[in-house]
Amino acid sequence: MAYFKKKHLSGVHVVHHKETAELESVVMPTPARVVLPLIQHMGSPCDALVKKGDTVKVGQRIADTDKFLSVPIHASVSGTVSGVEDFVASNGTKTKAIVIDADGEQTVDESIKPPVIGSREDFLHAVRASGLTGLGGAGFPTFIKLSPKNPDEVDTLVINSAECEPYITSDYRECMENSGDVLDGIRAVQKYLGIHKVIIAIENNKPKAIELFKKQTNDDSEITVHTLSSKYPQGAEKVIIYETTGRVVPEGKLPADVGVIVMNVSTISFIGKYLKTGMPLITKKITVAGSAIKDPKNIIAAIGTPIKDLVEFCGGYNGECAKILMGGPMMGIAVTDDDQPLIKNNNAILALDKAHTDPPKTTACIRCGRCVRACPFSLMPAAIERAFDMQDVESLQKLKVMNCMECGCCSFSCPAKRDLVGVNRLSKKMVRAAKR
Amino acid sequence: MLNKLVVTSSPHVRNRVSTTSIMLDVIVALLPAVVASTLIFGLRALLIICVSVVSCVVFEYLFRKLTKKDNTIGDLSAVVTGILLAFNLPSTISIPIVIVGAFIAIVVTKQLFGGIGQNFANPAIVARVALLVAFAQPMTNWVIPKVVNGGLDLVSGATPLAQIAGGDTANLPSLPDMLLGIRGGSLGETCIVALLIGGIYLVARKIIHPVIPVTYFGTVAVLSLCFGVDPLYELLGGGVVLGAIFMATDYTTSPVTTKGKFIFALGCGFITMVIRVYGAYPEGTSFAILLMNILCPHIDKLCKTKPFGGVKKA
Repeated sequence: MAYFKKKHLSGVHVVHHKETAELESVVMPTPARVVLPLIQHMGSPCDALVKKGDTVKVGQRIADTDKFLSVPIHASVSGTVSGVEDFVASNGTKTKAIVIDADGEQTVDESIKPPVIGSREDFLHAVRASGLTGLGGAGFPTFIKLSPKNPDEVDTLVINSAECEPYITSDYRECMENSGDVLDGIRAVQKYLGIHKVIIAIENNKPKAIELFKKQTNDDSEITVHTLSSKYPQGAEKVIIYETTGRVVPEGKLPADVGVIVMNVSTISFIGKYLKTGMPLITKKITVAGSAIKDPKNIIAAIGTPIKDLVEFCGGYNGECAKILMGGPMMGIAVTDDDQPLIKNNNAILALDKAHTDPPKTTACIRCGRCVRACPFSLMPAAIERAFDMQDVESLQKLKVMNCMECGCCSFSCPAKRDLVGVNRLSKKMVRAAKR
Repeated sequence: MLNKLVVTSSPHVRNRVSTTSIMLDVIVALLPAVVASTLIFGLRALLIICVSVVSCVVFEYLFRKLTKKDNTIGDLSAVVTGILLAFNLPSTISIPIVIVGAFIAIVVTKQLFGGIGQNFANPAIVARVALLVAFAQPMTNWVIPKVVNGGLDLVSGATPLAQIAGGDTANLPSLPDMLLGIRGGSLGETCIVALLIGGIYLVARKIIHPVIPVTYFGTVAVLSLCFGVDPLYELLGGGVVLGAIFMATDYTTSPVTTKGKFIFALGCGFITMVIRVYGAYPEGTSFAILLMNILCPHIDKLCKTKPFGGVKKA
């Protein structure tokens, strides 16, 4: 029935709060010490290659592993390793972290030089060596994304510059400040992966970035700029693929299975920079904002900088800070303390005051259907919640709970303030446990 | 170091819409009809509405208190039920019957099934149907407002649908009178203009989806033509407008998906017309909605959404 067919996927309209959009990013001075957790990507943790007392230089590889799903970690400051300590990440993962006391000299490691690339293998090797993970949020190792099992079938590269999360403007700043690097990165991926069609997708609340890229790609018939409507979660991988190409990624499949690779704009920009300088991923452009930040900014900071140093650089806390998020308010992770360091896939630090953090009172489901209409993947969160309450794994599977990307549109739109996405997470766990 | 931070799972922002704000919107949408019914049927209409609302809220409060559950009167759903119940009663009804109706709606239909979101049928509809069966005479003791000396006077008479059923088509009210609500009927159902204003407000505020009212009206109109009765009187002369906009769209007792809502409204229109044309009662709206309420879980089961990228397992 055509009447019920969707032209666009659903989503929700969240207040944008992009107040930092026109603030040019500033480089933060080197912090006194950095904390570099051994897992900053999706996959296996690295092993430390340095020990207490070692001197390290900027860009030096200090942790790596042979395991497949991983990327190395590099020193973001020069100085002395003060220890390899136990560390609990904001998502609860227990790992180790290399702590470096900075000497303030920022002496660059001698091995840093632009990579020499002659083939696809060289290129992928270089991308891994750069320590690059997806900078949009999930932290998937980029070299694995760029080595699909069907490279010849991949015909489209989508550059994700939707930045649909409220507050965050770091990708937008990257577009405005380093569009040349973005295009260099795109052309490198095109060259070594043989992709002819590139779509740069930007939400229509960033008209200047759209205009800039349209101008710069005017004479390039292979690169197009796609304007997305400003609706969360346009930047979710499967959503942006559908909106830009009309292709549907089936459950359990990867974008490459429908011939698409999606890369975040900051990720591709880093590739452009790395090929020119050879400096691995040791700094990150992030937005520091929120109601409890005195002077919100876009900053370029060393990876491993503790949150409290970042906040201090942005004027300190404005009143009482009640909640700190790594990432945006829709999918960001609330951290337990402000000693947590900046890691590779953070794109924002948000500090919120009490008025923004009071948990809403949960009431009974009134079956209004708002969660169903909000879900980009047309799942039925309220029905999933009922099935979860009855521990009905079979129904949960039929309701396709495993397709849930945890975007949070259901919880956002629920008038009874139910934690629907939280139940989806638990339901996925229940289904996984039952499969074993 | 800051370590007294609130840690919750995402999302960390919520939409402003709450159950209470939705109910408040419904109450606002009902206000034009409240005013209209008071103008048409006099202050007694307002008295009945007030008694109904107060008894619904009191019954809800007492039930929650006695069963040691959270107090839910703050969500305003009992107020909505109270207004809708009053709208379904004739203006001549005696006050004790209103209170019995409120008891059936709030205690029997809503709270005994678990409170808001758990009732199997619209509380106001169940109450109206129960009262109609139990108190047939007082529930059909209609008065007709007549313009006398520039003011409205009330004389006893029948509803347009009862007139049609009785073959008395010569004395049917004029179309403008029907739109303004100057005709016999339950106190909230007569003023079509006021109800439509409320309906447009609800659609504009995205509280209801237009598919239920539009499909309901369409089905009644088409079936009227099939049965050879006047579609305008069928649409405007009974409770269809009130029922389609405010009762059949109740979230809890109508299907969740658009497809389900369409089937639901189709069924409502069909049963309404079958009862009116073939049944013993001149009006069938409340029976139709009640029967479709009961079918709602089954419609929901048949009309699930199709998950994006979903693959059928072999």
